[in-house]
Amino acid sequence: MAEIVLDKVTKRYPDGAQAVSEMNIEIADGEFIILVGPSGCGKSTALNMIAGLEDISGGELRIDGQRANEKSPKDRDIAMVFQSYALYPHMSVRENMAFPLRLAKVDDATVNEKVEEAAQILDLNQHLDRRPANLSGGQRQRVAMGRAIVRSPKAFLMDEPLSNLDAKLRGQMRTSVSKLQKQLAVTTVYVTHDQTEAMTLGDRVVVLRGGHVQQIGSPQFLYEQPANLFVAGFIGSPSMNFVPGTLEDGVLKSVLGTTVLTDRVRRLVEAAGGPREVIAGIRPEHFEDVSLVDEKHREAGATFRSTVDVLESMGAEKYAYFSLDEQLTGSEELAELAADAGSADVPGSGSTIVTRLDAASAAAEGRELEVWFDPERLQLFDPKSGKNLTFDG
Amino acid sequence: MSHAVTDAPDEGSAASQAKSKKAKLSEGKKAERRLGWLLCAPAAIVMLAVTGYPIVYSIWLSLQRYDLRFPGEQEFVGFDNYIAVLTNSYWWTAFGTTMLITVVTVAIEFVLGMALALVMHRTLVGRGLVRTVALIPYGIVTVAAAFSWYYAWTPETGYLANLLAEGGAPLTEYGPSLLIIALAEVWKTTPFMALLLMAGLALVPDDLMRAASMDGANAWQRFTKVMLPVMKPAILVAVLFRTLDAFRIFDNIFVLTGGSNDTSSVSMQTYNNLIKGLNLGIGSAMAVLIFLTVALIAFVFVKGFGTAAPGSDDGGKR
Repeated sequence: MAEIVLDKVTKRYPDGAQAVSEMNIEIADGEFIILVGPSGCGKSTALNMIAGLEDISGGELRIDGQRANEKSPKDRDIAMVFQSYALYPHMSVRENMAFPLRLAKVDDATVNEKVEEAAQILDLNQHLDRRPANLSGGQRQRVAMGRAIVRSPKAFLMDEPLSNLDAKLRGQMRTSVSKLQKQLAVTTVYVTHDQTEAMTLGDRVVVLRGGHVQQIGSPQFLYEQPANLFVAGFIGSPSMNFVPGTLEDGVLKSVLGTTVLTDRVRRLVEAAGGPREVIAGIRPEHFEDVSLVDEKHREAGATFRSTVDVLESMGAEKYAYFSLDEQLTGSEELAELAADAGSADVPGSGSTIVTRLDAASAAAEGRELEVWFDPERLQLFDPKSGKNLTFDG
Repeated sequence: MSHAVTDAPDEGSAASQAKSKKAKLSEGKKAERRLGWLLCAPAAIVMLAVTGYPIVYSIWLSLQRYDLRFPGEQEFVGFDNYIAVLTNSYWWTAFGTTMLITVVTVAIEFVLGMALALVMHRTLVGRGLVRTVALIPYGIVTVAAAFSWYYAWTPETGYLANLLAEGGAPLTEYGPSLLIIALAEVWKTTPFMALLLMAGLALVPDDLMRAASMDGANAWQRFTKVMLPVMKPAILVAVLFRTLDAFRIFDNIFVLTGGSNDTSSVSMQTYNNLIKGLNLGIGSAMAVLIFLTVALIAFVFVKGFGTAAPGSDDGGKR
């Protein structure tokens, strides 16, 4: 067990490309931290630098207070779980899990005991003598975890360990990874591009973009107080709706109508010296069918009317999609988010508003609907810098 | 609910459809199989004509007394030719020499080939150039290469012979001759080994090596405990091919020593009897014995070392 500190850690490739720029992260002992971001954001590079599989070009990596930049992977006492699982195909499950212990010259009795113990935790007892090729995806994933936990390392590094599993299994494994980490209380750095995993697993989440740390915080904090447009768009599913708007005397004019800002929001924007042109963001779950909102709240909120484009009934809730005439342009961060979500390739998906409504809503496709939202929940962003003008950290 | 009710008859018809489909499928499968045979037939016939026929013909010849100098005395003698060959000390000397050359050269080629393959695999700059240069010896005709070695070791004029003590003539002594033959073999075929091993190296996933280093393996342990076992099928194929080739060594010995001083290989003995001596019976018996030995070696490799035959790799499970 150990604390891991990244102090201005930088990765520069010989061709000058900078994969990670001055990354500062302090990971406490026993903490479960998630590195999340779209592909190419430097999260895997960062993990490989902690592992020692890639050299650090600048800055310092400290494990347990000791500089580890020059240490080889085997001297760092860190275990890693790979996306491909990287199980040794010529060894049985037992031998795979025993491999790190054998290399460490642990005596046979202890090896057996530890492997059995790990197999017990991961429910692999019946499979110990099988070869990886004969296991299912989920079993292989557990063997990979088993190989990591047998030697009680100082820390676990996990590089998208669940992305090769199908959706249902991924959900189950997510829970068991979380349980396992709590049970073992070992410092864990977990890389993923899946914001659901980031939200559900981590004590803290580090959002990365283009090699730069965007924001570090607890999942709830990132959700409620995103530091910028990128984090706001990346965290949360379905993602936050963004509309362009103009700010004048505490009144926001946008396709959502003319909205009077609440005092708190107004104060924050003024303190941030916000420009006239802003991007307003509001999450799908902060909308509601106006007929389902009680009188008192309806007064305090704002409403807009539009035709429901598509309605998805999920049983417990309904998603209503509205098209917007106005296009959002000029934000590099939004373009990147769209590219990451794949929506840049889908025609006509650029400017829709997604709302999550109660299942009792009478909304129907092709019909007009009046939708209510709470202006208190509005987040306003600077379109140029992407900065959250309503950030209240 | 209504869905379930209307679905029921559908399911029944689907089942019966599946049944009739099965019958149809077997019909189609038959046609497919016929087509498969037809498509294979030309190749199979050519294969039989160029390999099957000579094998059968030489087996038949090996059971005859058949000396072209006395063609009138041809008669069926059963296994007499084999008894003659197997009780002859010349054959066993040649067999021992061939085995020695095979084992020594293949072992050296494997070590050097592996090193070369690793270099070629890891080379980042000028990869193409490195590979081309490494393959040059393999591209030279064996006889031409053998002559260059021969002249190099010729006393007085050879640049390598001059390095030796005055009056040394290495190609006239048993030990030095074998060393030079082995050297020529190794020089010539290491690139081939390296090429096959490099293909095997490409099959070892990077993640596996990274996982091994995370598990605490140093470079040597990663090589011996992960890389070698994972590329075992490729290694076996490379070593098997080379062993079979080396066992049939002919041209290098033919040029370098001509088989003098007990350096002749089994292939040379066969050549001497069959072509020079015109004794088709004895020569064919030797050829069949070589064939059997080669088949035995292949069998031992595939069965004994527990590797799958090339192309039937089952992804590490057994």
